[in-house]
Amino acid sequence: MPPEEQSAPCQDKSDVVALVASRVRWEEKVILDELEARNLPYEVVDSRTLYMSLTMHSAPWAFALNREISQTRALYAALALEGARRRVVNSARSIEVCGDKYRTALALRKAGLPTPETILALSPDAARLAAEEFGYPVVIKPLMGSWGRRVALLRDPETTDAVLDYCEALPTSQSHVVCLQEPIDKAGRDIRVIVVGGTALGAIYRQADGWRTNVALGAEARHCPLDEELAGLAVAAAAATGAEIAGVDLLEDPDGQRYVLEVNSGVEFRGFSSRLQVDVAGAIVDYLTAEVAA
Amino acid sequence: MTSTCPECAREIAVAETIRLSQIVECPDCKSELELVSTQPVILALAPEPEEDWGE
Repeated sequence: MPPEEQSAPCQDKSDVVALVASRVRWEEKVILDELEARNLPYEVVDSRTLYMSLTMHSAPWAFALNREISQTRALYAALALEGARRRVVNSARSIEVCGDKYRTALALRKAGLPTPETILALSPDAARLAAEEFGYPVVIKPLMGSWGRRVALLRDPETTDAVLDYCEALPTSQSHVVCLQEPIDKAGRDIRVIVVGGTALGAIYRQADGWRTNVALGAEARHCPLDEELAGLAVAAAAATGAEIAGVDLLEDPDGQRYVLEVNSGVEFRGFSSRLQVDVAGAIVDYLTAEVAA
Repeated sequence: MTSTCPECAREIAVAETIRLSQIVECPDCKSELELVSTQPVILALAPEPEEDWGE
């Protein structure tokens, strides 16, 4: 809000849902279409022009749905709005946990959920030592990253050295802290379950030729039966990270053992909705409506 | 509604239901464009994806 409005009472928008987004993707568009269809008042808040003072004790909107594409802006928008005593979905805490692969692994382990062995290496040199001790192959991942970027399968010491040399050359100190993870034989596919408000909406397989199965990298979505175990794991994983709206990624090994890999707090669901004919936007707005009324 | 691609100047038909900050692709030069104004309809080059974008 402009500085001159800080001392004036905030315009009452207590019945207005703020949708925080700097980019209106297909997902945001269908959510907005759903809000309009139900005559629910909303305001799109572009995070690129959002600023909030520490001394602001309130914000116009009672409730915010955080659909910001930038992890950084999503986190700080949530922090600022929560600081102004506004309910934000997903919460700042969940965005922080879900956005950090090691924090996610810790949360999943604390909840007693099956997850691949994960090693945190605080420097590229530590990663070399860890890879040597763990053995090959081993997966290397940045602490924070999306769409499968900078995830690699290290098959031998020579490849590891080359990858870690690049890692060392990255400018930020955070880039030098990496996760090594046990590779799971997943037969070229993983499972994505979308959870909204504690309910698993459905599951898809994401099949790829390579071993990275992100849709952003061209993986194909196929229907996956959502059995009780799968739904239970996904719902528990979302709860463990605090994400009320989540895309939970799981792996299944040849023996049928399932592992929770990660929880995405800014879930993209176009492929999921299209493949399963599941109205994710409707489920999100149902959840928002119930939470606003609570 | 129509607008012009800022990159190649092609005239682009824009759906009536388009929303502010929505992304469209220029059919000719394939540039990603963002709707930055509805009245008048103005498309600008969309911001390049940043490292922390996405799920």
